[in-house]
Amino acid sequence: MRQVAILGVAMTKFGVSEKTNLEMFAEAGLEAIAQSNLEPKDMEALYFGNCLGDFEEGQMHMAPFAHAELGLPISAPATRFESACATATVAIRHAALLVGAGIYDVVIAGGTERACAMGTPLATKTFAMAHHAQYESRPGLTFPGVFAMAAHMYSDKYGIPLKELKRNMAEVAVKNHYHGSMNPKAHFQKEIDVNTVLDGIMVADPLQLFDCCPFSDGAAAVVVAEAGKAKEFSKKPVYIAGMGQASCGPLYLQKDITRVRSREESVAQAYREAGLGPDDIDVVELHDCFTIAEILALESFGFYEFGKAYDAATKRETYLGGKVAVNPSGGLKAKGHPIGATGAAQVTEIVEQLREESGPRQVEGARVGLVDTLGGDFGTVCNIILRSETS
Amino acid sequence: MDYKLTYDQYQEGLEQGKLLGLKCNGCAAVTFPPKSLCRECNGSDLNVTEIKGHGTLRTFTVIRVPPKGFTSPYVVAMAEIDEGAWVMGNLVDINPDDADMSLIGKKVRIGSQIVKGDTYSGGDSRVVTFTLAEE
Ligand SMILES: [Zn+2]
Repeated sequence: MRQVAILGVAMTKFGVSEKTNLEMFAEAGLEAIAQSNLEPKDMEALYFGNCLGDFEEGQMHMAPFAHAELGLPISAPATRFESACATATVAIRHAALLVGAGIYDVVIAGGTERACAMGTPLATKTFAMAHHAQYESRPGLTFPGVFAMAAHMYSDKYGIPLKELKRNMAEVAVKNHYHGSMNPKAHFQKEIDVNTVLDGIMVADPLQLFDCCPFSDGAAAVVVAEAGKAKEFSKKPVYIAGMGQASCGPLYLQKDITRVRSREESVAQAYREAGLGPDDIDVVELHDCFTIAEILALESFGFYEFGKAYDAATKRETYLGGKVAVNPSGGLKAKGHPIGATGAAQVTEIVEQLREESGPRQVEGARVGLVDTLGGDFGTVCNIILRSETS
Repeated sequence: MDYKLTYDQYQEGLEQGKLLGLKCNGCAAVTFPPKSLCRECNGSDLNVTEIKGHGTLRTFTVIRVPPKGFTSPYVVAMAEIDEGAWVMGNLVDINPDDADMSLIGKKVRIGSQIVKGDTYSGGDSRVVTFTLAEE
């Protein structure tokens, strides 16, 4: 495999947008290409993420239209990826695999989503289409419901009283809102406290409104290139050190859902390829779709033993300046979660951190960063380890 | 290879009050609800079996912000059946506001109930239900 780098990265402001999916993607995509000191004609393929365009805008097969928005050549194929919330990370991984294999030298990858256009009942319904239709959606499962069941199981398995677990979960939201307050692209840029979380409406017991990430609109894109070519065009390319991706079946087959087996396998692949381990990671963008999700992820990565990460935010170990900076962008919780774009926004944050361009939320001396994106009810996890130097 | 127990056949079973699953001739595991291969060993040498309908509740949630088409609150739960498989369903015969951590580990009986069809589900269908068993 050839060494692969990330050149330009860009995202729109996340939040509620009046723009169409294509308009948002054009903004991010053209900025990522320009930042790479390249032109649209230099792109050899587009790996395009979008989950719910059919419901958001009545738009299927959006990839070739995104191709037209970016002004790509006819020779550059445009392909849609859908892996629920992990969509864009999976698209970027596949771009990197093909660049690594020597099929292409330069590929643009990312995604766009306009979830707010659906309103909460339809958005909840369409997100729930990522559960097993016959055995999980029909009993009325929702995504908050999945992580709510994981939280109850976590409390029971590790003997942590629910009230205590919930207070520590609330600290995860407090941290990510604090980080998000420093991110001008974030959906929410204001700090909250533990009471904001514990006074919120109940969404799915025990998860309250501020345990949950929002529905968001937004787009993000990155340019993936062969490392030699990357050095030609950019002073500060960031290198892909290792990647992983793994799959699990429906939730009921996974039994103990305090353990995300797809993530344990995916991150092991990424560590192996990078020749790195948990102690080498300086900064993480992980999939905190719900507060409990961040706790489960920290344990899957090997940063904490199983059952021990629940109070990491309370102890400030995951804050900027802590043991390892977790979700300096604000994470899905505060930055927002336009599902088809999320992974590319996570890569954008890590690349900017490794280039030391993150301003007030810069992780001092960050050299190695981990991207973690989970799709569906633990069905897909994709990880990318990035570093500021070549191996 | 032929699909030993299709979703339609499983649904017909539920309609008649039968909880149909698959017993593996390789590893003896029971797969419920059905899928193409044994849930434990991926073996394809399977026979249709009827499960007894007893299990233990492993986790739950009360859905309060429902998807379009559902009326909240209601309880979604997962139980481990005595034959070993895990299954998702609705805990019924309980006031959702009374659902708390003491439910985990409780014995349940397994049944089914009808869920109204919508645009995407091809008509009404049955889903697994749990009711708390007398201790
Ligand atoms: Zn078997």
